[in-house]
Amino acid sequence: MIRPVIVVAALALGVSAVVAANDPIAERKDTMKSVGAATKTGAAMAKGEMPFDSVKAQEIFKAYQQAAQKFPALFPDNTKTGGNTEAAAKIWEDKSGFTAAAAKFEKDAADAASKAADLDGFKAAFGAVTKNCSTCHESFRMKKS
Amino acid sequence: MKRFMGAIALVALFGAGGAWVLTSPSLQATGTEALPGGASNLENGRTLFYAGGCTSCHAVPGAEDKTRLGGGLALHSPFGTFYAPNISPHPRDGIGAWTPEQFVRAMRAGVSPDGRHYYPAFPYTSYQRMNAGDLRDLFAFMMTLPAVEGRVRDHDLPFPFNIRRALGFWKLIYLDGKVFEPAAGKSAAANRGAYLVEGPGHCAECHSPRDRLGGIVSEQRFAGGPNPDGKGVVPNITPDASGIGSWSKSDIVELLTTGFTPEFDSVGSNMAPVVKNTANLPQSDREAMADYLKSLPARPSAVKKAPK
Ligand code: HEC
Ligand code: HEC
Ligand code: HEC
Repeated sequence: MIRPVIVVAALALGVSAVVAANDPIAERKDTMKSVGAATKTGAAMAKGEMPFDSVKAQEIFKAYQQAAQKFPALFPDNTKTGGNTEAAAKIWEDKSGFTAAAAKFEKDAADAASKAADLDGFKAAFGAVTKNCSTCHESFRMKKS
Repeated sequence: MKRFMGAIALVALFGAGGAWVLTSPSLQATGTEALPGGASNLENGRTLFYAGGCTSCHAVPGAEDKTRLGGGLALHSPFGTFYAPNISPHPRDGIGAWTPEQFVRAMRAGVSPDGRHYYPAFPYTSYQRMNAGDLRDLFAFMMTLPAVEGRVRDHDLPFPFNIRRALGFWKLIYLDGKVFEPAAGKSAAANRGAYLVEGPGHCAECHSPRDRLGGIVSEQRFAGGPNPDGKGVVPNITPDASGIGSWSKSDIVELLTTGFTPEFDSVGSNMAPVVKNTANLPQSDREAMADYLKSLPARPSAVKKAPK
């Protein structure tokens, strides 16, 4: 008798987890907002508006890697429109290109993390990894309103 | 519907009396003025090349080296698809055999060396503001770039847009042939900014709504609108609350240097190649452009909100 109860409980839990994650558009926008926030800190350090801090530098590149890892899964077919999304149709027309762009962002962020021991290293690494922003946005992001 | 109305309008115009004479490219005197003598300034030519964003349309698509101007990019429009031609210095396939005078006429009058009208998908409506000395320097700089072999396919345009001659009418309405005149009461920097944005920068070509015949709606210049390539929208860049009124001068300079907005979003779609060009300009030129944008009349956004 205990077994079905556990199954039901597990199902219920599973369902609620799905509900929480059931707004991929909001989740991917939040993911990118956190990438934007990390970039703001990085730019301030690179420009000397904020003292260089190697722990913060690592956090920035970690945030990029985490975002890149989960990003491609947040574009199911039923989220091409709605929720003020700025996702371009090309994401679905060229899925492999989009996934590759996310993978490159992740790899470049990992490389950057290994080169950011001091301010000069950080500046170069930050400049290199943030090239991914405009490259991906050029192909896959479009202002719609 | 848009295309249909445009077609009707063009055909009606074309049928009107004296049409043939009025549309003659040789009627246009613009761009036939003598060029200044002396040696060309290649450094100035380089600056104008990046201010003009020629690589955005003419660079070989997907190639790493943006100075290879072999063309081939497809430019979608409500009138059909244009393919940017080869403008590398290749003598047969590019413009290597042109004279500087022929180049000036193409840029200022939109007329080819063999006397045909160019389509305004080539934004000569802005480039006409450039002065002859700057165009001579630009041409000299372009002749130092790699020659790329191969001609590009023809444009893919339905009737009646495939009739180049009809563009003569379009030009009577939208091409005034005036070179930029520095305003007397303004500083050199302010005039520089106005020249760069209105002339080589051709910023209004994307950042303004267009009428049925594809001309910029002048009362809404810089107020944004549908993207001319038919996908998405282009934002209002006047200092209105619906535009970039909250941006400081240094915010605009940052965008033209790195592509980052004040929220650290990175501009994408067809603004990304623009930034790759403006990033190569002297800092003083980006500052002058930012000052000019901030001096524009504030206009409400012409971008229609997409249905939610
Ligand atoms: C793999 C592609 C990709 C990369 C790399 C990428 N982005 Fe994005 N970004 C997107 C897409 C797609 C959207 C639109 C998401 C939507 O609206 O559904 C977006 C949206 C955004 C937004 C707007 C979020 C909002 O809705 O408020 C910001 C800010 C942003 N990105 C910043 C960055 C920055 C900074 C970088 C580089 C450090 C970056 N992005 C790298 C694809 C990418
Ligand atoms: C928005 C896209 C775009 C930009 C930016 C652009 N062009 Fe073009 N250009 C075109 C198109 C499209 C044509 C073809 C027009 C036609 O066939 O009527 C063209 C044609 C030309 C031609 C005539 C080529 C020939 O074979 O007859 C020249 C010269 C030229 N462009 C030079 C330039 C220069 C110099 C710049 C930068 C200052 C520039 N263009 C920027 C789209 C562009
Ligand atoms: C080929 C079309 C095109 C041209 C030419 C162009 N823009 Fe843009 N611009 C865009 C698009 C599209 C966006 C929105 C990009 C995004 O956010 O992903 C944009 C965004 C901007 C923004 C940011 C506005 C905001 O609210 O985020 C500024 C500022 C800007 N452009 C200035 C300029 C200036 C200055 C020039 C001339 C040097 C110029 N643009 C030329 C298409 C263009």
